[in-house]
Amino acid sequence: MFKKGFTGSSKTKLKTSVQRSLRAKLVEQFPLLAPHIDEILPKKSQLSLLKAPERLSLYALDNEVLFFQHHDDALFPSLRLVHKFPDCFPTVQIDRGAIRFVMAGAMLMCPGLTSPGARLPAEGEGYGTGAVVAVNAEGKENACMVGMLKMGTDEIKKVNKGVGVETVHYLGDGLWRLDAD
Amino acid sequence: MADTEEVVGPPEPQARRVLYCAICTLPPEYCEFGTTSKKCREWLEMNHSELVPAEAAMARKALKDEAKQERELAKKLSSPVILKRVERTKRKHVIVITGLEAFGLDLKKVAKEMGKKFACGASVTKGVGGAGDEIVVQGDLGGELRGWIEERFEEVPSGNMEVVEERRKKKEGQ
Repeated sequence: MFKKGFTGSSKTKLKTSVQRSLRAKLVEQFPLLAPHIDEILPKKSQLSLLKAPERLSLYALDNEVLFFQHHDDALFPSLRLVHKFPDCFPTVQIDRGAIRFVMAGAMLMCPGLTSPGARLPAEGEGYGTGAVVAVNAEGKENACMVGMLKMGTDEIKKVNKGVGVETVHYLGDGLWRLDAD
Repeated sequence: MADTEEVVGPPEPQARRVLYCAICTLPPEYCEFGTTSKKCREWLEMNHSELVPAEAAMARKALKDEAKQERELAKKLSSPVILKRVERTKRKHVIVITGLEAFGLDLKKVAKEMGKKFACGASVTKGVGGAGDEIVVQGDLGGELRGWIEERFEEVPSGNMEVVEERRKKKEGQ
């Protein structure tokens, strides 16, 4: 989504009512985030909205993009936020060999998620299709990508072929390099 | 408000502080996957020596990256900036500047600044025939612009700059 660098258009301040609904939506989408929501989005804070090409909206606080969303779809956390609160987002892990491709912006293929170095949630506790996940890497502390599941995690284990996670935002992409000023 | 705060106390900040490499902006553990792994390593050794990864692998890739960067740098240093003086009507000229984008400058911002500095119109237009974008400055400012660019943007070597004159507009097609 952000493979190319881009420049956001004008920055506008968000209405408090919109900000409140956004907050509710966040907690709904990422229940684990609830205890930290006050730290991420303090009640009195003033979020700003940056518009990017292709109907992307970026929500920034103090010149740091926290979340973004396409049109009215699911919200995605930015990687810097995932790094700060790694336990608040559903996570999968990829093996070392796949890192290289992720950093080049490729889609995540199933074998990279099922090999010994990778980790998927156990059967039954997995996430369904379309879930927003942070992607960790083997032997690394910090997440390297935020993506959307193309198949449920259980299905990934079964099929083990083709695209497993759609890359949305990865380390070093346009959003990572974006200067929200 | 103040009372409740005293009772509860400010919540402990939970956010993890993550260190980012100053060279490639990634977390240091991902430096090796960037294109500046060698420089990143040097930076890490200088600033956060405790974090330097133990294995000295990836040497071949690092060398390759380095060579690539050197080539890019050489290319950058030799890329010309051309200030072309084009006649609009009789005795009226515009200056067309090409080649600035090779130095990583944001043309839009540069154009705006030029317009402010010289009190004239300055815009970014698409280059002819797939060439890079160019800045069009309204006014006969060739020499002044050259001096200003030299002063303002140190990364642009003055030897690369060239002021060219173009007599008639028809010549542009050739």
